[in-house]
Formats: sequence, C-alpha cells, structure tokens
Amino acid sequence: MNIRNTITIDGTPVPFQDGDTIMDAATRAGIYIPHLCHNPEFKPHGSCKLCTVNVNGRNCSACTFPAADGQQVLNSTEELNATRRTITQMLFVEGNHFCPSCEKSGNCQLQGVAYFLNMLDPHFPLFYPERETDSSHPDILLDRDRCILCELCVRASREIDGKNVFGLSGRGIHTHLVVNADSGLLKDTDLTPADKAAQVCPVGAIIVKRHGFESPIGARQFDQQNVSEWSLSWEPAAMGDEHG
Amino acid sequence: MAEKIKVATTSLAGCFGCHMSFLDIDERILELAQVAEFDRSPLTDIKHCSAAVDIGLVEGGLCNAENVHTLREFRKSCKILVAVGACAINGGIPALRNRVPLEECLAESYLHGVGVENPQIPSDPELPLLLNKVRPIHEVVKVDYFLPGCPPSADVFWKFLTDLTSGHEPSLPYPLVHYD
Amino acid sequence: MTISDADQAWLSAVVANHGRHATRLLQILRDVQDHFRHIPRPVMQLLAEQLGVPLAQVQGVTEFYSFLSTQPQGRYHLQLSDSISDHMLGSRALGTYLCDKLGVADGETRADGRVSFAYTSCSGLCDQGPAGLVNGWWLPKLDRSRIDRISALVEADVPLSQWPQDLFSARDNVRRPGLLLSNPVASGSALKWSLMRGLASTLDEVDKSGLRGRGGAGFQTSWKWRFCFEGPEETAVCPVEKGERMERYVVCNADEGEPGTFKDRVLLNSHAHQVFEGMTLCAGIVGAKQGFLYLRGEYLALRAKLEAVLAERRRLNLLGVGILGREGFDFDIEIHMGAGAYICGEESALIESLEGKRGTPRNRPPYPVTHGYLGRPTVVNNVETFVAAAAIALKGGVWFASHGTEKSKGSKILSICGDCARPGIYEYDFGVSIAQILKDCGAANTFGVQVGGPSGVFIGEQEFERRLGFEDLATGGSFMIFDKTRDVLEIVRNFTHFFAHESCGFCTPCRVGTSLLRNAMDKLCAGHGAAGDLVEIGNLGQFVRAASHCGLGQTAANPLLATLERFPELYQSRLKSISFEPGFDLDGELSTARRMTGRDDAHAHLEQESV
Ligand SMILES: Cc1cc2nc3c(=O)[nH]c(=O)nc-3n(C[C@H](O)[C@H](O)[C@H](O)COP(=O)(O)O)c2cc1C
Ligand code: SF4
Ligand code: SF4
Ligand code: SF4
Ligand code: FES
Repeated sequence: MNIRNTITIDGTPVPFQDGDTIMDAATRAGIYIPHLCHNPEFKPHGSCKLCTVNVNGRNCSACTFPAADGQQVLNSTEELNATRRTITQMLFVEGNHFCPSCEKSGNCQLQGVAYFLNMLDPHFPLFYPERETDSSHPDILLDRDRCILCELCVRASREIDGKNVFGLSGRGIHTHLVVNADSGLLKDTDLTPADKAAQVCPVGAIIVKRHGFESPIGARQFDQQNVSEWSLSWEPAAMGDEHG
Repeated sequence: MAEKIKVATTSLAGCFGCHMSFLDIDERILELAQVAEFDRSPLTDIKHCSAAVDIGLVEGGLCNAENVHTLREFRKSCKILVAVGACAINGGIPALRNRVPLEECLAESYLHGVGVENPQIPSDPELPLLLNKVRPIHEVVKVDYFLPGCPPSADVFWKFLTDLTSGHEPSLPYPLVHYD
Repeated sequence: MTISDADQAWLSAVVANHGRHATRLLQILRDVQDHFRHIPRPVMQLLAEQLGVPLAQVQGVTEFYSFLSTQPQGRYHLQLSDSISDHMLGSRALGTYLCDKLGVADGETRADGRVSFAYTSCSGLCDQGPAGLVNGWWLPKLDRSRIDRISALVEADVPLSQWPQDLFSARDNVRRPGLLLSNPVASGSALKWSLMRGLASTLDEVDKSGLRGRGGAGFQTSWKWRFCFEGPEETAVCPVEKGERMERYVVCNADEGEPGTFKDRVLLNSHAHQVFEGMTLCAGIVGAKQGFLYLRGEYLALRAKLEAVLAERRRLNLLGVGILGREGFDFDIEIHMGAGAYICGEESALIESLEGKRGTPRNRPPYPVTHGYLGRPTVVNNVETFVAAAAIALKGGVWFASHGTEKSKGSKILSICGDCARPGIYEYDFGVSIAQILKDCGAANTFGVQVGGPSGVFIGEQEFERRLGFEDLATGGSFMIFDKTRDVLEIVRNFTHFFAHESCGFCTPCRVGTSLLRNAMDKLCAGHGAAGDLVEIGNLGQFVRAASHCGLGQTAANPLLATLERFPELYQSRLKSISFEPGFDLDGELSTARRMTGRDDAHAHLEQESV
C-alpha cells in the first residue's frame, strides 16, 4: 500500500486519492460513515453533521473534510454514534415524522439511519411545526414537515436538471424550502417526476404521487438491507460522476 | 416460586393495535404467565393500578385530560414505565391533527361538518376536554423505555419482557427496530 | 400589490447604480426595504430578472436577514435592543410603554401603516442604553421622556431628517485610552513611511509585533497576510511580484455583533482614517486592488461619515489608482452593509454575505485566506486589527511588542457595560487583571463578568485575579459586568435567546440545539425545572458545543455551561423537588376546549405537576 496516501479509520489503514474527503476514502474502501446530506453524485454540503468523525482528536464532518496523510480517524465508536443518534433525534423532533402514514417509510434514509443507530425514541420535546404542504403539482407532492434541509433537491435541480426549482429560505429554526415560482407553488415550475430533483430526496419530503406504498412491508429498501449495506451497494460506483 | 411480576397496560390516544400486537405473542403468553400477572389492563378489566406495579406498558399519546390522569396514575404506580408504539413515542397518527387548530377540529366535527345535526360542542363534565395538541408521553412524565413500531411486533414485546424478567438490560436488535 | 411605473423606474435605477451585479443583491434589498418599508414579492421577481438570479435566491436572502421584511413595516420602524445590558436598564418596560403609547404591538405594524415595533439583537450602544433604532438610526439613552418625544414626532409625522439631532447622537465614551487610542496615526503617515521603507519590511514589522487578530480567534495577523499573498498559487514567494496573479481582497470585519461589543463603533467613528490606512497597507502587502468594509446594519449612522473619509482619502491619493504616486499600487474600498445577522461576523459567512447571499458559514478548509471572496485569496481582519497594524507600520513591531504579555502582545480595547459607574471604552495592555478593570470602571458589589460576550466565558468573584490575554481570558472586547442583585439564570436565558435567534440554521446541532436550549432555559426560569432538567440541559449544551458547524454553535452553550459549572447551587435552587415536570403549560393546553365548551369545572383543569 502506498504509505503516502493513507489514513486510518478505526485503526484500519485506508488509502485515499488526491482530492478525496474522508467520506470518499471510506466509501471507496467499503467503510460506512453515516450520512444524510451527502450523496456521492453531488458536491458535499456538510450540513446534517451525521457524518461527524473524530480526526486526530477533533470533530469534523467526514463528507467535507479533506483526507490528509496520517490522519487517525475514529468513526464507529459508541461516543460518535451517540452524537449521531442525538442529531437524528433532533431531525425527528424538528419536523413531523409520522412514519406509519408516510409514503417513504421503509425507503427513507432518515429512518434507515435511525434504525442503524438504534434510535428508539425522539428524546426531546417535539416541535410539531406547521410548514406549508404543496400538493399543487399534478405528479409531485412537497411535504415540508418532513424536510431535513439537506439541499439535495436544490443541488440536483441546479446542477443536473438545470432548472433551479428549489432554494432555502428563512433563518435558524425557521429555515425552510422554497419553490422558485412567482406563486411559490410547484405547479408553476417545470419540475417533472423524471427530474433528479424529484427523486433525490432522502426522506419523504418530495414524493412522486401515486407511487406511495407500492412495495409491501418486507420488500422495501431497508427491509432488505440496512442503510450501511445499501449505501455501500451503490455509492462507490457513483463516486466517479460528481456534478458541479 | 418467586412472586410474579405485575404488568399493567393501557391505551391512551391509541388504537389498541399495540395491545393486539402484544397478544400476537400467541402461546408464549403461557410462558409469560408463569412469571408475570396482569394488573390494570383492558385485558383484565381492572380499573386502577395496584400500589406497586413492576412494569407499565402505555400505548397511545395524550390527546385529552383523562389521558393525562391515567398516565400519571401509571407513573405513580409503576416502577418501570414503557412507551409502547409510535403514538406514545411521538404522538403518531392522532398527532396529525396538530397541524389543524383545535378550534377548527371541534367546529368541523360538531358544528359545521357534513351530516352534523343539532350542532353543539359537547360540554358534559363527564367528558374529558381535548388538549390543544396531541403529545407524546415523555413530555409529561419520565419514561424509562421505548418500544417503537406501529405497532411494535410481538417479538419486540417478547424480547423486551424476557430481557426484563431475566434481569438483562433491555435492548432491541436491529431487525426489531421499526417505526411503522 | 403591483408596482407603479415610477417605482419600477426607481428600482431599475437602483439596480443600475449597483452595476447589476448579483453580489450587490443584499445592498439592493436594503434600498428596497428603505423605499417600500418591506420587500414586496413583485420586486423580488423584478430583481431576479434584472440580476439574473433565481427568485428563490432573492427570497432566500430576504428572509435570512432580520432587517429585511416581507410584511410592510411602518414608515417609522422602531426597534429596541434586547441585549442583556439594555434589559438591565429597563428596556423591556420601556418597550411596553412605547407600544402602549403608540398603540402598536410587539412585532407588528399599526393598522394605519405609520409605525411598527420589534425587539432586536444588541445595537452596539450598550454603554448608553437602553438603546434603540428608528429606521436603522441610533436612538441612545432612551427613557420615558424621550419615548414621549419620539411618539409625538411619529404621531405628527415629522420626517426623520427633521427630528432633533440630540435624539440620535451617540457618544464615544472613551474612558481610558491606551497604546493605540493615545497614539493615533495621522492619515497617510503610516503609508508614506511604509512605502519609503518598503512594504516587505512593514510585513516584517507586523510579524515582529506579534499582533494577533482582535476579532476573537486571535490568529497571527502577519501569517494571515503572508498566506494571502502566497495564495493558492504555489509558486509565490513573499513578497516578490509574480506574473499572473489572481485578484486578492482585503475585508474589514465591522459586523461587531457580539452583544456588549461596541469598540469598533468608536474606532470607525473617530479613527476611520487609521482603519482604512491599515487596510490599504494590507492591500499593498498582499497585492489586493479591492477592499470591503462590512458594516453591520445597526451602524447605519456611521455610513455617511465613513463614505466622506473614503472620499477624502481618494482626494489625498491614499486610495485609488497609483496610491501616493506609486505605480501599480491601486486600491479602493467599498462599504457593504449588513442587515441584522450576527452570523455574518463569522468570516466565511461574511464573505457569502458580501457576495449577496445568505450568510451561511462555508465548509473549511479551504480558508478565506486562499479561497475567499469570489473564491479568491482574501484577508478578513477585525477593525481593531487594522488600527493596530497601521500603528505598527509607523512605530514598529518592537514598540508594540514591548507591551502586553509573552503570548499577547500590545493592547486590547474593551467595551465595558453593565453594572459599573462608567461604562465605555477602555484600552489596556494585555495582562491586566479583571479586578483592575472593575476598579477603573467603578464596578461595585460585582457578582461576575461575562468576558468576550455571550460566546465568551462567565467568571465569578473568585476569578477576578485572572488576566486578559490569549493565554488566559481571550476576548473580542465585550466586557459585561453583573452585580450581586442580578439573576444569573435570567442572564443565561437572555443569551440562549440570542443564539437561537441568530443561528443561521445550516447545521442540525445548532439549528435545533439552540432552540432546545432556549426552551429549556425558559422552563427553568419560569420555575418549572425538575431535577432531570439540569442533567439534560448540561448534556445538550455539551453536545451543541461539540457537534456544531461553526463558532456560533460551538460557543452558544458557553454561558450555560460556564455558569452551571461555577454556580450549580443557583440552578439547583430553582428546581422543584419533583423529578419531572412538563416543559409546556399543561392547563393552558385545555384553554381552547374550555372556551369552546364553556366549562370551568374541576375536570376542566390540569395541574402542572403531580408526579
Ligand atoms: C459567530 C461569529 C461571529 C463573529 N463576529 C465577529 C465580528 O463581529 N467581528 C470580528 O472581527 N470577528 C468576528 N468573528 C471572528 C471572525 O470569524 C474572524 O475570525 C475575524 O474577523 C478575523 O479577524 P482578526 O484575525 O483580525 O481577529 C466572529 C466569529 C464567529 C464564529
Ligand atoms: S420522512 Fe422518513 S422519517 Fe419522516 S415520516 Fe417519512 S419515513 Fe418517517
Ligand atoms: S425536500 Fe428533501 S431533498 Fe430537498 S432539502 Fe428537503 S429533505 Fe433535502
Ligand atoms: S453552528 Fe449555527 S450558525 Fe454555525 S453553521 Fe451551524 S447553524 Fe449556522
Ligand atoms: S453527511 Fe456530512 S454533514 Fe451531512
């Protein structure tokens, strides 16, 4: 192994290429680091903080932090997973996540990550936000109460679809997704179900209509594999074609 | 034989689905009956908890004043209080009404809704008043354990109770963790 | 609302004035807010078209900054500072008085559209509070009689330009000038001397001086300038000219949003030449042609004066093309205004804001010094850092380094407010003890001091022998004094509200965590805390500190954690003897049902605690 370009993750030597983040190196090596706002098809974002790892004693976001020779990275520790569980709980209480009534249940990465982290309760008081739901589009539903503000749809629409359908607005706890139309409604955009932006949402915030609950319980994404197996099943191959 | 563990159960703002799922432990209930007995529960029709219940299983969230009183009785009487199912844990389906002001909910149901005759909001003091919002139980009392699922599968109940009765710290392995 | 032809023409002129650059979006929106008293949706659409940016971006920027509003504000928009020092001077009672007087509600606009009212984060006048703003202009030293006068002016619809000047005039309150304030640099003198001696040796002097950034983080200034000079072009060697070079930028951080900090206000008011001189020296050293002063929205009152100083410097050939006759030394400075966002003091968020975007901190590395404004190498320094650099350029690094301590050379300018006889500006050599400072400003019966503002540390009586400096108590300049009559929990509660309000919302731990902390402090202070809450709030604080993306989240729990560690008994004494209590008003939760059923019997109520 080339000693020059190597980091260790939980003690295992992991090679990396120039320009790799810690997440890139890990994914290539088949090591799962929990993540939500990261998707190897897009430029890293660094907002959810689920990928928090410890690099030489400091907390960093694996998806944005450049790999550098000799880094000692801690990933799968009880402490880091506790931090990640807390982050996941925060995402749950900040929105309205009633999985039993959600079309995405079973295929949802937030849920998948929560299972992976053995999150059994939301821990915090719930916020029960009342964000606007946009059901104006004939084929696509936007349920903002489930949005985790990962901006994947924003990035996908801008970088792949070339449409700029989405953006973030507001500040702090009032941050929310907005639609780029005079009316602010999806029906007045050129978003189609075939767009990357309509498909990339890791949770049930952007839903293609009439496809909910298609696969029966037991046959859904995370009934079959856990989120780490699922990630590693496609992400290493997708790393080549990062956009933007 | 050692004294049996007392288990109490209740359904607050829930659908009894969790109770049904509990009963899905099927014949294992006989094994359970060897070490545990039911106290207050819809299964026994005992109306109030006895003084020292070991395990209280609470299905459903809080949607009205009566739910709050029942929950408090459980907390007072039970050494270990368990939030069972999505509704107890985050409000669940009943909490979907949180997006609609209670005012509108009541008006729609009792005043202006389709097919409403003799419109008036029931005000009999026997009826519990509704809370503005449906809440999970951990916001009102301290909860010791959570069993997610809508409902949690029979295996979840089984794993949890056998852990407890055999003196292990209860835990749910990956395949048993589900929110739906 | 539709936009009249006249307004459309006005808007086009404004956009043209700003060169149609998308980087000017925030500046344009400030003009729009001023003109329409809000940002009308149709204007957002026009701006999106004219600047070639998505409407969602215009909306996203508008809704990020507190001073921009999508709902019409009154023609007189009154704000009161919610800083703890203003609270202590009775600002909340004054706010109520003002609202009653004018018949306006907090956060709302009066029906006739004339006046609106809101609380706002620290307005930078903590030494002369309670302070407020009217349409962004300072209103220091408010009291009932001033509010009466203001109300009368509003009701009589007197234009702001005709309001008596004494209502607006803020004082410098320099109480103790030290190394920098008593050795002001005459405009142009440091530049002339540096050009004579060579800019390279000026960088050496800055290096020798040991100057570290005055904005809080304390990064060595000479290194920052050298890294910027070198930039990402790996071939560069300092400070020799290279062939093809990227643009470089010099940014002065005058966001000064940390509650209790107002020393940059005074430096800009009375030493602006020296600030700009420092920036120009830096530009000469790193090879920048363009500079920016990022001035917080609350300092609108300083703007005209600063523009005049810039104009004078252009006239004196201290800015512009061929500065002081030196061919190729071209540099100018533009003022960018903020619009009510503390996070824009964080250097990478500041740069985003300069580019006309939402003030969200970037991922680092890369750092601004190599990838800053428009992705180009950029120096961001605090106002005071540039003031010190100009003095060092003239008087030498040794002069500066002979003051202060081993690791903290020179002096620090403090903004002192709170419980003391003489709030204002104090400059000390580093190494001074807290006790000394307290004595000088006439503080008595002191319980504790918040050093460095809410993001700093709260120290108690036992620690007053500690010293100012990077090795012990670092500070960006805020120094808030609390005497023994104050309620520490209320202070902490005020700070947690500040952070929750100012969190940019980018990362989960801070976005959600600061709101949870705020709610938890509200619960404690309202007397509903139970034993479990203390453990919970401590854990939450530790988590937010460790998991947040930027300095805001990483420090948001400081006031809580510092006081919890030092005064656990104060927290304990506020707890109920029960182990658990709901964090919301349980009986209040029945209010709607009670009202609609007309019931008030015993069963129609719930006790807050019972277990
Ligand atoms: C939330 C936050 C707010 C900040 N506000 C300011 C500020 O108002 N003024 C300032 O000079 N630095 C502020 N900083 C520090 C800047 O990021 C940066 O370190 C500083 O401007 C560098 O200048 P210096 O090296 O001269 O100190 C802030 C940092 C954070 C995290
Ligand atoms: S988005 Fe995911 S976590 Fe949220 S309700 Fe749907 S399935 Fe559950
Ligand atoms: S809608 Fe989905 S993809 Fe878009 S920001 Fe929200 S969670 Fe992310
Ligand atoms: S820590 Fe707070 S202010 Fe900083 S990026 Fe995160 S949300 Fe924004
Ligand atoms: S995956 Fe890295 S911050 Fe979201």
